[in-house]
Amino acid sequence: MTTIAELPPGFADKMLSAQSTFRSVMDAMARPGSVQRIVPTSGAPHTMVRGTAAIALTLFDHDTPLWLDARMSESSDVVKWLKSHTGAPVVQDSSIASFALIGDGGALPSLERFALGTSEYPDRSTTLILQVDSLDAGRGFELRGPGIDGVATLQASIKPFDLFDRLRVNETLFPRGIDVVLVADDAVAAIPRTTRVVNKGS
Amino acid sequence: MNAPAYNFAYLDEQTKRMIRRAILKAIAIPGYQVPFASREMPMPYGWGTGGVQVTAAILGPEDVLKVIDQGSDDTTNAISIRKFFAKTAGVATTTATEDATVVQTRHRIPETELHENQVLVYQVPIPEPLRFLEPRETETRRMHALAEYGLMHVKLYEDIARFGHIATAYAYPVKVNARYVMDPSPTPKFDNPKMDNCPALQLFGAGREKRIYAIPPYTQVVSLDFEDHPFEPYRFDAPCALCAAENSYLDEIVTDDKGGRMFVCSDTDYCEGRQAAGHHGSLSAAPYKEKAGSHG
Repeated sequence: MTTIAELPPGFADKMLSAQSTFRSVMDAMARPGSVQRIVPTSGAPHTMVRGTAAIALTLFDHDTPLWLDARMSESSDVVKWLKSHTGAPVVQDSSIASFALIGDGGALPSLERFALGTSEYPDRSTTLILQVDSLDAGRGFELRGPGIDGVATLQASIKPFDLFDRLRVNETLFPRGIDVVLVADDAVAAIPRTTRVVNKGS
Repeated sequence: MNAPAYNFAYLDEQTKRMIRRAILKAIAIPGYQVPFASREMPMPYGWGTGGVQVTAAILGPEDVLKVIDQGSDDTTNAISIRKFFAKTAGVATTTATEDATVVQTRHRIPETELHENQVLVYQVPIPEPLRFLEPRETETRRMHALAEYGLMHVKLYEDIARFGHIATAYAYPVKVNARYVMDPSPTPKFDNPKMDNCPALQLFGAGREKRIYAIPPYTQVVSLDFEDHPFEPYRFDAPCALCAAENSYLDEIVTDDKGGRMFVCSDTDYCEGRQAAGHHGSLSAAPYKEKAGSHG
């Protein structure tokens, strides 16, 4: 059993690391398809890549219920680390989660099971943090939408393979919807609900 | 840091996290007003408490901050906010638009075109564009949910019926990404076209009303109008008296009690830049040359 003292550490400098991480995530969200780097480092439980750990330390707290997929919750270290460093409650019901941490995209549940927001409060929706294999190699996805000057191309190796097909619900749901943050090691890219894929190359 | 008694950029970390989450949702839903738990700031409501909180949540030690109040870097509000962040965050400040990474503004968009590495933070007094038409929050929220904006068009139409043209001169409503009608804050409608397809990220903070909203870069922003009464930006028909600019937004300054007046650029940095580049208006006089000389 791991004690609190044996858990991987958080940021060495909480305030500046959180600011730098936030700016990377904000830039990613503001410019969908662009790949940003997360510079600050922290310890992380082994199922969590360092980008995910930095985002957790930056955005999670007692106000943000978390939902963990089977891969993330299989080791009690992840739950302990999140509780110790962020204080965020881990919930079983994905439909009330502010954030969902997905370690195994292949087993991503149906998007309808997450909070999609309401027409009056579309912001009350789950943000998916999806760990992917790569954000610099793989299929080229051509994206359009706010934040993109014309077309942006995201080269990524993503599971589930049909992520963008599933995200088509965002077209009919808007302004409700799901926002996705893709993380590979220290790289981060975002697919907010306004982004449309125009070409899924090979 | 000059003021070690404060956290970096004044706000505590939990507050910053809450604001940061609101900013991310605001970017994901362009033009939608995200409620947030606005804090008391060491300045009165109406002095930019919303903008200051947004700036505090995004600002880092590498940032270069510019603050303008109606285009000017040198008014009380602009100076005090600039000093506030110089003191609590130790960031570099500037008056040059192109050198800034974060520009906080009250009621203007700089004349110099913004670029991709910039964030423009607006101070917003009343974020709800429908508020003066419908005082109930429950109703305006439903109107936004249903994209039911007929009332706003009726208001603009009544302007035409009464005055022959759309008389709204500032806080002119826009539609963002073909969905949400949004209040651009009390900027003159002259500035509205600059919001459309802007390379910089635009964030809006309303402290008293506890709302944050955003326009991502390269997003369509359309000023509401009618086919037979298209939107027209308004500008005094005169060149700037100091730099002779023909295309900048002008302030009217009364110079005596006999009806004398002059028109000058509202954007002081733009105007000074043009004067330093050798442009002279009808009232630019010798003293400026001394000033230019002292800058080398």
